[in-house]
Amino acid sequence: MSMRKWSHRSLVSAFLPAVLILFFLILSASPSANAIPAFARKYGLRCSACHESWPMLNYFGQKFKDNGYQLMNDRDAPIWQNPGYWPITFRIIPIWHRVSTGKVLVDSAAGTDSAITRITSSGFDLSGLDFHTGGTLEKNFSFYVLPSSDATGAFHFETVMARLDNVFGSSWLNVKLGKFELDNLLSEKRILTLTGNGGVYQLYHFIPVGDGNIFGQMGDNQLGAEVMGHSYNDRTRYSAALLSSNDGTVGLPYGNAYTGFFTFSQAFDAGKTGVDRIGGYAMVGQAPTTWLTSGGPSSYIAGSGVGNKSFSREGFVGQFYFGQHVDLQVVTQHGEDNAWFGQGYGDVIDGVSSVNNTPGTVLPPGSRSPSWNGVLFEPHYIYSPQLIFIGRYETIRMSQQSTPGTPSNLGNISTYTIGYRYNPFMTSRAGFAWHNEYNWLHQDGTGPTLGLTSANINTSELLIGFDFDF
Amino acid sequence: MRTRLRKQSLLLSAAAVLVFPLASWAQLTPADINTRIVTASHIGNITGHAKDAKGDYRRYCVVCHGELGDGNGESFPWVDPKPRDFQLGVFKCRSTPTGTLPTDEDLFDTIARGLDRSNMPQWSTFTKQQRADLVAWVKHFSPRWANEKPGTPIQIPAEPEITAERIKAGRDVFARVQCWKCHGVLGQANGPSASTLTDDLGRPIAAFNFTEGARPKCGDTDRDIYRIFMTGLDGTPMPSYADNIKPDEAWDLVFYLRTLMSQHSIEKEMAKKLDLKPVDPNAPAGQQ
Repeated sequence: MSMRKWSHRSLVSAFLPAVLILFFLILSASPSANAIPAFARKYGLRCSACHESWPMLNYFGQKFKDNGYQLMNDRDAPIWQNPGYWPITFRIIPIWHRVSTGKVLVDSAAGTDSAITRITSSGFDLSGLDFHTGGTLEKNFSFYVLPSSDATGAFHFETVMARLDNVFGSSWLNVKLGKFELDNLLSEKRILTLTGNGGVYQLYHFIPVGDGNIFGQMGDNQLGAEVMGHSYNDRTRYSAALLSSNDGTVGLPYGNAYTGFFTFSQAFDAGKTGVDRIGGYAMVGQAPTTWLTSGGPSSYIAGSGVGNKSFSREGFVGQFYFGQHVDLQVVTQHGEDNAWFGQGYGDVIDGVSSVNNTPGTVLPPGSRSPSWNGVLFEPHYIYSPQLIFIGRYETIRMSQQSTPGTPSNLGNISTYTIGYRYNPFMTSRAGFAWHNEYNWLHQDGTGPTLGLTSANINTSELLIGFDFDF
Repeated sequence: MRTRLRKQSLLLSAAAVLVFPLASWAQLTPADINTRIVTASHIGNITGHAKDAKGDYRRYCVVCHGELGDGNGESFPWVDPKPRDFQLGVFKCRSTPTGTLPTDEDLFDTIARGLDRSNMPQWSTFTKQQRADLVAWVKHFSPRWANEKPGTPIQIPAEPEITAERIKAGRDVFARVQCWKCHGVLGQANGPSASTLTDDLGRPIAAFNFTEGARPKCGDTDRDIYRIFMTGLDGTPMPSYADNIKPDEAWDLVFYLRTLMSQHSIEKEMAKKLDLKPVDPNAPAGQQ
């Protein structure tokens, strides 16, 4: 059979296995890199010392972070470093992914928005670029700055914080100021998955359908101050943060409202199975629903928000280890927003809300505070520090809709994610992972309406990529 | 001149022929080491098994201590002091007399405490079982554990009351056993011998500087400090003074050493009130 007679399909089927084998051979033979990023370079430890699988922290890494990026020995202060040392790491992820979104409203011969179809697109892509720089300014003075871009290179400050560590010589008192990730034990910033829906914890960002409150997203880095403490070996931890209710947006765009975020957890030595941890968290805050306008009813003045209404998120966290290879991370949540948020009042500045709680406004009769419950389970199988298999099931169920008569399941979410990360080398110099992942997400009732009922939406994404930092 | 060079090269060749096989013998192979994978440790009622520590060793330790436990991990060129060579079975931090193997508890405590002024962090996050397994793993690298028993831990008498007389007596001990030769009269690690110190492998090593706020490597309680100079730090120039210092005198020395440290202490306060002067290296014996 000559080459010309080969069909496209037979070409692919003939060469794909060979290409994959070659690819894995190349990966297996990859030499160690020769420069050390940030903390690994500073302390001469491998990524695996602090990361269950990079970037997710293990227990030792959590303690290192809690100590203000210090091992608590005499090598912590930068005076011990080579003067040429610059604590910076960059991370970017080239990927190929296939995204399939069900039930998209499209135009057809019957008219505008007259049909529903599934749209599937695939191709090569990039994540944004992160520049992580962090460490110590002096013993017990730590910092972290993270300029982060989207995939087009538009930068913002994801993290900017300085921290006083071990105040009065006590690990129970550490004070942080700036923009930072909340003290979530299961950190979304260190999530092991990368797809659009699987690369975040839905629980950390859930907003009921029609709700105008964006300020309760515990997955977003927030502006504020945090007091945090822990026992010598990090078995016991607490934190309390006072945050501006602005979802981490700089420039005081909303108003004068604050949110508190509190955590407590206790770990237990479970013998051969490892160290297990259970804890809880609570986010209680207020955010504005009333805005001054200038030049028309929809020209809202930034920073003028008043009429603060309340919201809360609380739940339990469990980190359970079953020997060196298997662990299970669990987070639960009960969330509730004030009825005003539920009726769409809230963030008008970003256009999330289109209504203003001006004097004299009344809620529709029967309006209630929307509430929901959710849980996520994330098991890991760690074959070795270089290979981890990841699974996740996450579900959120509305327990009360704001408007009576609304379908009780409107906005419910279920999502599954599976994947693995393979690090072909493990050194104290750089991180590289071959990443494969599949995510499927289902949401009730948020699809386009053609007929009487809203459709459910199913989306899925397959992602293959190189996740690396240096 | 040429004859002399030829003689030198012949001598060097002969030395190489003799030394090379010795070096080969000293370097254990993975097969040698693997024969001891059944090594166990016993800490209280916990039994550690070497085979169960393989994953943890690979995850946390191998970067410095190396696959064969010879201290030749990938970080070897970059860290100072150099990582411990477990194959030699020689350890600084022991409760046992100099020259003997440490107890399992000694290694167990070292893992959690870490070694200040080195790249060895405090692995206090491990479970006790993990640490016990790692102790067994560390032991399995050296044939010494198969042929020798650990030494008997030294007896440390109860700590006496701190008095001005004891602090002054401790200064006399500091002078008599010539601690100042390495550590300096003010404990600043600048004694006349300080610059010449090397460890057993010939690598330069610094004396402990009492004044810079660092923790002593093998613990910073009074009992730890007592233990350090009564057992010595094997593999380093710090000898055991068990034959030179009586137990009661040892406590005096502990109290005096506290006065040199930068951290606040009762001893430091008392020394200040006494206006205690540093030792005079030139003073006749017993006349400090």
